[in-house]
Amino acid sequence: MKHPLFRPLAALAALLLIALFTIPGFFSITIRDGHLYGSLIDIVNRAAPLMLAALGMTLVIATRGIDISVGAVVALSGTVAAMLIGGGPDAQTPMVWALCAAMGAAALCGLWNGVLVATLGLQPIVATLILMVAGRGLAQLMTDGQIVTVYHEPFFFLGGGYFLGLPFSLSVVAIVFAAIALMMHKTALGLFIQAVGINPVAARLAGLKTAALIVFVYVFCGACAGLAGLMVSSNIKSADANNAGLMLELDAILAVTLGGTSLAGGKFSLVGSVIGALIIQTLTFTIYSLGVPPEVNMVVKAVVVFLVCLSQRSAS
Amino acid sequence: MKPVLELQGISKSFPGVKALSDVALRLYPGEVHTLMGQNGAGKSTLIKVLTGVYAPDSGTITMEGEQIRPASTQDAQRLGISTVYQEVNLCPNLSVAENIFIGRYPRKFGMVDWRAMRTQAAALLEQLEVRIDVSAQLSRYPLAIQQMVAISRALNISARVLILDEPTSSLDEAEVQLLFRVLSKLRGQGMAILFVTHFLDQTYAISDRITVMRNGEREGEYACSALTRLALVNKMIGAPEASEQLAQQAKAATPGPVFLQARALARKGALLPLDLDIREGEMLGLCGLLGSGRTETARLLFGADKADAGSIRVGERAFPFASPRDAIEQGIGFCSEDRKHEGAILALSVRENLILALQARQGLLRAIPFKVQQAMALDYVQKLGIKTADIETPIGSLSGGNQQKVLLARWLATAPRMLILDEPTRGIDVRAKQEIMDYVSGLCRKGMAILFISSELPEVLRCSDRLLVMRDRKGCGEFQRGELDETSVLHVIAGGAQ
Repeated sequence: MKHPLFRPLAALAALLLIALFTIPGFFSITIRDGHLYGSLIDIVNRAAPLMLAALGMTLVIATRGIDISVGAVVALSGTVAAMLIGGGPDAQTPMVWALCAAMGAAALCGLWNGVLVATLGLQPIVATLILMVAGRGLAQLMTDGQIVTVYHEPFFFLGGGYFLGLPFSLSVVAIVFAAIALMMHKTALGLFIQAVGINPVAARLAGLKTAALIVFVYVFCGACAGLAGLMVSSNIKSADANNAGLMLELDAILAVTLGGTSLAGGKFSLVGSVIGALIIQTLTFTIYSLGVPPEVNMVVKAVVVFLVCLSQRSAS
Repeated sequence: MKPVLELQGISKSFPGVKALSDVALRLYPGEVHTLMGQNGAGKSTLIKVLTGVYAPDSGTITMEGEQIRPASTQDAQRLGISTVYQEVNLCPNLSVAENIFIGRYPRKFGMVDWRAMRTQAAALLEQLEVRIDVSAQLSRYPLAIQQMVAISRALNISARVLILDEPTSSLDEAEVQLLFRVLSKLRGQGMAILFVTHFLDQTYAISDRITVMRNGEREGEYACSALTRLALVNKMIGAPEASEQLAQQAKAATPGPVFLQARALARKGALLPLDLDIREGEMLGLCGLLGSGRTETARLLFGADKADAGSIRVGERAFPFASPRDAIEQGIGFCSEDRKHEGAILALSVRENLILALQARQGLLRAIPFKVQQAMALDYVQKLGIKTADIETPIGSLSGGNQQKVLLARWLATAPRMLILDEPTRGIDVRAKQEIMDYVSGLCRKGMAILFISSELPEVLRCSDRLLVMRDRKGCGEFQRGELDETSVLHVIAGGAQ
C-alpha cells in the first residue's frame, strides 16, 4: 500500500517538472539584500493565505462539515483591521489592538458557524452559506464598498515583510502548522475529531463533547481565515471588501481534497492540505507564466484538478 | 441425483485473515440446505463468493456440470443464483409490482406495460400465498411481506438456486411459519435452497441437510435428521461440550448496597414512570418484547436521551442525566444494541476504539501516552480473546463478536461501577457470546452492577440475579433468582399475568 501522501506529492512533482521545462529559471533562487527571491519563493509566499485557510478547512471537513464562509471572513477581517488602523501614516488604533479585533471578529464568525451547526443542527453548507453572504456584505457596508488603503508602515510586514531571508508569511504559516500539529500530537484532539467525523452518534455515547468539538473546529477555521485576511490586506496594503478572498473557500476545499482528506469526514491529513494548497498555487503560477490568457486559465485549472482528482479516486 | 451447484476447494484471503480455506459445498435440487457456523466462521464470505461479490482466490464453482465464475451479483442472477439478503434491499418508495420487476419491466410497444406487470406480480405473490395490492407502495407493508416481495423478485429471475441470508432475523413467529411454508413449496418444485441462520429451532424445522463451517473451513456436511442439536452446537464451537453451566456457577452470593436508584423515570413516547434499583455485584436482567421499553430505559439511565421526569440517584446525589458524559462521570458504561451505528467507529483502529471512552473522560488535553494505549489494547485483546490481526487493524474488519468485545473493553478501560449491556450478544457467535457473558459475570462477582438486556429469554434467565419484565413501555413484573422459570416469565411478557 502506498503512503497516503504519495499521490499529492507526485502531482506536485509533476507540476514542478512541467514548470522546470517550460519556464526558464523556474528553480533559480537569488539573494538580494539578504532576502531570497525566485519563482519558488513567490509561489510559497502567495500560497500562504490559502495554506492557512486549508488548514482550518481540514479540521472542519474531518468532522463531516464544510465552511464556505472562509472568503467572506477573509474580507471581513482585513476590513476590520484596515478601518481601525485608518488611512494615516500613524495608526488610529494601536496596530496590535486592530489585529486582535480583526482576529476576534473572525473567531466570532467561526463561533457563529459552529453554533449553527452543532447546537441548531443546521447542515454545514447551509449554515456557513449565511455568513458567506452576510460576512462580505458586512465588510462592504463598513467600507461603503470602497477600497480602504492603509499607509501605516508596520502593517505591511505581515504580508510583505521578510524574516530569516524568507517572506514573513511563511513563518506565520509555519507557526500555525506547528501549533496544530503539536495539538494533534500532544492532545487527543486528532482522535476526537476523527471519531466525531466517522460516527458522531457513537462518539457522543463514548462520552465525547461532540458539540463543543464541532464549535471548536469552526472557530479554528474562522481564526485561520481571519489570519489569512490580515495577510492578504497587508500584502496589498489595503482592504478590498469586494474582492479579497473571493472564492478562497473553494480553493481551500480543493486543497484539502487534493491532499487526500475525504469530504465524508474522518481521517485527515494536515500535511496533505498544505501540499494541496501548493499544487493549486503552482498551477496558477505556471499557467500565468506560460502566458496563457486569463480567460483560459480557469479551464486549464479545471482540467488539471479533474485529472488529479481522478488519479486519487482510482487510488481509493 | 447430481447436485445443481457444487463448490470445491474455495479459498479466499483478506489482508491478515484467511476467510475461507478449501471449502466445499453441494446443493441438490429440491432440498433446503442450511449453512451454519458462528460469526466469523466464513458464512457471509462464502455467500459473497457464490453471488459474485468476491472472486475466490482458488477453487471452482460448478453449476449443472458447467464451471461458472460469477463476476457480479447481476451475473450470478443471470446464471440462476438468486439471493435474498438479511436486510431487505428493495426500494421502499416504489410499488410492490415495480419492486418485483425492477430493471425488467414488461414492455408493450416500447412502453412499460403496467397492467401486465401488476397481473404478473400478483400471480407471483399468489404462489407464495401472499395476496396484497401490488400497486401500493412497498413501505406500507410489514417487513415480512417485504421479505416475500424480495423472494418473489428472486424467483421471477427464473432461479435454480435460492440463497436466503438470515431472512428470519426480523420476522415474528407467524411470519417465519409463512416463510417456511413458502420454502417447502419451492422445495417441492425442485428449487435448491441455501438457508443461512443463527436459529437452531428454525434449522431443524426446515432443513434437509446442514453444512457446518468453523474458522473459515468446512467442518462437515450432515443429514439434518442424523445430527442432534447438542452435536451441532459442538461442531459449531469446536469444543467437546457446550459449557452452558459456567455462567450459572459464576454467581455472587449476596449483592451489595444499592448503586443506582431510578424513581419515576419517564420520557414521553418512550417510557412510562419506572422505578428501578441496581445493586453492586448484581446482574439485573431486563426483558420484554421489542418496543417494550427495554432499550429506552437503558438510554435514559445512561443519559443518551433526556428524561422528562423522575430522578436517578447514584450514591448521595440525585441527577437528571443530561448527556452520556454525566452518566460516565458516575462510573456507568453502556454497550448499545446497535453496534455498528452507536458503538464501533469503524474506520478507527482497535486501539483507538478501545481507549476512546477513557480518553473522553480524561479530557482532550490529557492524552493517554501512546505506549500506555498500546499496552492497554494488547492487554484487553488478550484478556477477552479478541481475534484481530493487529491492534492497529480498523475495527470494521473484525467479526461482530470481536467488535463487541472491543466495545466492551472500551468501557472496562474506564473501570466502571455499572455496565448497561443492551443485547450484547446479538448477532454474534456462540463462543463469543459465552466468553462475553462469562467475563461479565466475573466482573459482577467482583462488585460491578450490571444491567443486562436481551431478547433471548434463556440467556437472561440463566445469567440474571433478578429480572425485570417490561411490557408496553412500563415495568410489569419482577422476579428474584430462584423464582425464575421460563413459563411464568413468558406469561408476564405476553401480558397474561396481572
